[in-house]
Amino acid sequence: MNYTFDWNKVLSGEYLDWIISGVGVTLQISAVSLFIALLLGTTIAVMRMTKIKPLIWFSASFTEFFRNTPLLVQIFFWYFGADSLLPRFALDWLYEQDFEFCAGVIALSVYTAAFIAEEIRAGVNSIPKNQLEASRACGLTFIQAMRYVILPQAFRIIVPPMISQALNLVKNSSLCMTIGVAELTYMARQIESYTFRGFEAFTISTLIYLCISLIVSFSINFYNKRFLRAVSY
Amino acid sequence: MQWDIVIDNFPYLLWGAYPQGPLGGLALSILLSIGGIFGAFWIGLAAGLMRLSKRWYIKLPSVIYIEIIRGVPLLMLIFWFYFLAPILLGKTLPEAESALVAFIVFTGAYIGEIVRAGVIALPKGQMEASRAGGLTHLQAMRYVILPQALRNMIPSFVNQFVSLTKDTSLAYVIGVVELTRAAVQVNNRTLSAPMEIYLTILVMYFVICYVLTALSRKLEKKMARYQARG
Repeated sequence: MNYTFDWNKVLSGEYLDWIISGVGVTLQISAVSLFIALLLGTTIAVMRMTKIKPLIWFSASFTEFFRNTPLLVQIFFWYFGADSLLPRFALDWLYEQDFEFCAGVIALSVYTAAFIAEEIRAGVNSIPKNQLEASRACGLTFIQAMRYVILPQAFRIIVPPMISQALNLVKNSSLCMTIGVAELTYMARQIESYTFRGFEAFTISTLIYLCISLIVSFSINFYNKRFLRAVSY
Repeated sequence: MQWDIVIDNFPYLLWGAYPQGPLGGLALSILLSIGGIFGAFWIGLAAGLMRLSKRWYIKLPSVIYIEIIRGVPLLMLIFWFYFLAPILLGKTLPEAESALVAFIVFTGAYIGEIVRAGVIALPKGQMEASRAGGLTHLQAMRYVILPQALRNMIPSFVNQFVSLTKDTSLAYVIGVVELTRAAVQVNNRTLSAPMEIYLTILVMYFVICYVLTALSRKLEKKMARYQARG
């Protein structure tokens, strides 16, 4: 083992700036995708719980398809395939924006939405069915029963898996480097090709991901201890 | 729509340049995921059981291993091993092997959690009864707890296998010619049908993963009948 580690090179000047801007982009793309994924995931989950056949069919195939295919290929699909999917004017608009970023956001949010939809469904299903029946019998509409009886209870159960989905999203955002989104992994790769210090660059970015994850998982544990005790049936 | 490009290159997507050249494509993806899950099973079994131990010096290494690996993106691990191997071994490891090591280490941590959860899920009385029957802790684990727990874990193992199969696509980044990279190569060579090519491999991955997921759901239902209850 005749390799001398050189941490200073990676942790100073321009390269440090790259890492910091990489963390910024990682957090930004994760936040935007999480927001869209929450909206989309909730919509898909609600569609699955209705009694309308086409909606159920659509949401079931949506979740099954996007959960059972690799995110990396989905990213490539949106990024390279958008050309033949979208109309001209939409493409022109997208190319004027940051197209890599947009493709990354679309792929990440669709993928995460599929998982979120399943979590929400599992959470709602874990509420005993007679609660819904009782609320309906008392004269609430389906929407009201959902809004005032089922969802407030389900929400507490859904929160921890939702946080871990958010965490997965942050980790998954690393795949966007393959289409050139300048997030943390991309920056590490960039530093590697400028300095040949691959090991150091990737160790540092691994540590950054780890910090983010540990902070979040501590907060889940805290949440579980603090709030979930209250809902034992 | 130019599906003929996909049809012409379909054998390449399935097994790469195999008889003439190295194995690749879907065959390599499947090989990587099967190799990965078998390696990860043993590491995960050890890590999961160690984490259940009451002695801190046994428990701590496995807690650290599981928590670190689960907190880091797989892509990072793949790069990390790719750059670590030359430093440790003094020579470069072939890409596929280096990716396989990353898959084993990564999946091992998740299987560790499955094993732990599976053992905890068994009723406590099982362990107590075996101990009362005169077995040592190890014997009780080996002959009473694990045979039941491992069987209950099979659906989770299948799920882990599905996500590993999806994750083998990440070996793309270090140049392993598995299904995703094969598709990228075909796309770079032809340049006119990205949508068709990527859609094709999405469907290929989907068929494998969906069949396995459906299988694991069936198993789960079947197994619920044989569960020991507290």
